Amino acid sequence: MTETTRTPQATVAAKAPRTRESVHHAAALALGDDALVLSHRLGEWAGHAPVLEEDVALANIALDLLGQARVLLSMAGDEDELAYLREERAFRNLQLVEQPNGDFAHTIARQLYFSTYQRLLYAHLATGDGEFAGLAAKAVKEVSYHQDHAEQWTLRLGDGTDVSHERMRRACQALWRFTGEMFQPVEGLDFDGEELRAAWLESVSAVLRRATLDVPEGPQSGGWSAGAGRQGLHTESFGRMLAEMQHLHRSHPGASW
Amino acid sequence: MATAAQRITRTPAGDGPADKTAAAAAYEAAFDAAVAADERIEPRDWMPDAYRATLVRQIAQHAHSEIIGMQPEANWITRAPSLRRKAILMAKVQDEAGHGLYLYSAAETLGTSRDELLDKLHSGRQKYSSIFNYPTLTWADVGAIGWLVDGAAITNQVPLCRCSYGPYARAMVRICKEESFHQRQGYELLLALSRGTPEQHEMAQDAVNRWWWPSLMMFGPPDDESQHSAQSMTWKIKRHSNDELRQRFVDICVPQAETLGLTLPDPDLRWNQEREHHDFGEIDWSEFREVLKGNGPCNEQRITQRRRAHDEGAWVREAAAAYAEKHAAKGKEAAA
Repeated sequence: MTETTRTPQATVAAKAPRTRESVHHAAALALGDDALVLSHRLGEWAGHAPVLEEDVALANIALDLLGQARVLLSMAGDEDELAYLREERAFRNLQLVEQPNGDFAHTIARQLYFSTYQRLLYAHLATGDGEFAGLAAKAVKEVSYHQDHAEQWTLRLGDGTDVSHERMRRACQALWRFTGEMFQPVEGLDFDGEELRAAWLESVSAVLRRATLDVPEGPQSGGWSAGAGRQGLHTESFGRMLAEMQHLHRSHPGASW
Repeated sequence: MATAAQRITRTPAGDGPADKTAAAAAYEAAFDAAVAADERIEPRDWMPDAYRATLVRQIAQHAHSEIIGMQPEANWITRAPSLRRKAILMAKVQDEAGHGLYLYSAAETLGTSRDELLDKLHSGRQKYSSIFNYPTLTWADVGAIGWLVDGAAITNQVPLCRCSYGPYARAMVRICKEESFHQRQGYELLLALSRGTPEQHEMAQDAVNRWWWPSLMMFGPPDDESQHSAQSMTWKIKRHSNDELRQRFVDICVPQAETLGLTLPDPDLRWNQEREHHDFGEIDWSEFREVLKGNGPCNEQRITQRRRAHDEGAWVREAAAAYAEKHAAKGKEAAA
């Protein structure tokens, strides 16, 4: 798919990505964009991790997510057109996954929240007979590993030193207001948002408790953030992230790589 | 670690100085015979102190090169122009971290520790390959690194799979397999660019122009100036001289460049029928020495980033240690 030569018109066409009747376009984009954007963020860690083992682990998770993104975006159209030629307002990812890496605690809190959601959602999708069942069944194995990684680090940071406890507490608190969006309905995805929220809360709370951390206070979403990413409304750093990601591809319209 | 090192470096105690000397000589003779017979030296075997020190220096420098080498390539992960290329590049950088881990483990069998070696890297007491002090300025540099830098590394490293020190030789077998894969991917990346648009072709040629000479420098100084070579060859750590390996690399690259449709930036490069090798131009050894001294384009940046990652990660490592200690203590209480 990436090897085909594209015409310059593809740039224009990508603003209104073509749909395929067989899969639900909005659902594939939502899940695909989540994986694509979080993978990109984790890729920013390469060579900057606190220990070599984490350079390996974070790159590993980023690669799993990129693999998922490629399958999902290919279900919705051409993976490279969708990744590189859409503008900010056309992306359907959760605001949570686009949040900057911050310190290691912020990255881990983001991983804990998202991987728990992804594991529960994919486990649910895998049991159905919908178009995402096959992908979900394969991805859920990867995502369980991601969740385990996030959980192990949440325990170590929360129940490590005073400094790490405080950093982990702040990170969990800071990202809390982006978690509500995960339970908003997604067109084409069959899940019960309130059931998912309850299961998610139970799982995350149990980890936080073991990590000697409190469940953050305050609402899980605000008037602005509820379902916003899914509708193409993003936070400020996202445009900058896309500028970096898309720059080279956009500089050579129609080229193959 | 220290106790193991002391145990294996001791010379057996005898009744008097004469016995000690005789016993030491016997150990040395056994070592020399093992090396001569192409047997592998293993961590618990007796070995000369200088052999141990040379290996620690070489394996550490090799490990450091893997982890500093992540930087020039990671520089392009967030800008890779297709998702397929991005996946390949991420996997490669991940492999390099893995190679660093194998090599630190191999070095640790000689009685040092990863922490100690990282400390030496961060304080400039140990080096890494001079090639990683060059910047990656365009996407094509990722391909040029794969083809030329990994290609040079493989030419250097394949003979190390037969190195006399067992743990190093075994690490190299695993590493060389992955490196060959990376090199093919880099070559394929350049080929796609070379056959792409005129702008892409120019990007590929420019990258090869900038990486060719630094890649030739990866084989080290000319044979008559190489201070460690003779001893390393006697000990079968090294199997071929710097100039021999450099010549081999040039001979491999010339036809590959032709297939790529790219030129190598050396007007003196031509086939010599008599030698049955390619003649090539003079390397700028003053540039090589400057880069080694720390005055290359990215020396400062590379080591600063490495130190920063380490320093900024200190609280994470401390948290992991504190957690492990607490839970080990709890485990003991529960058992009691």
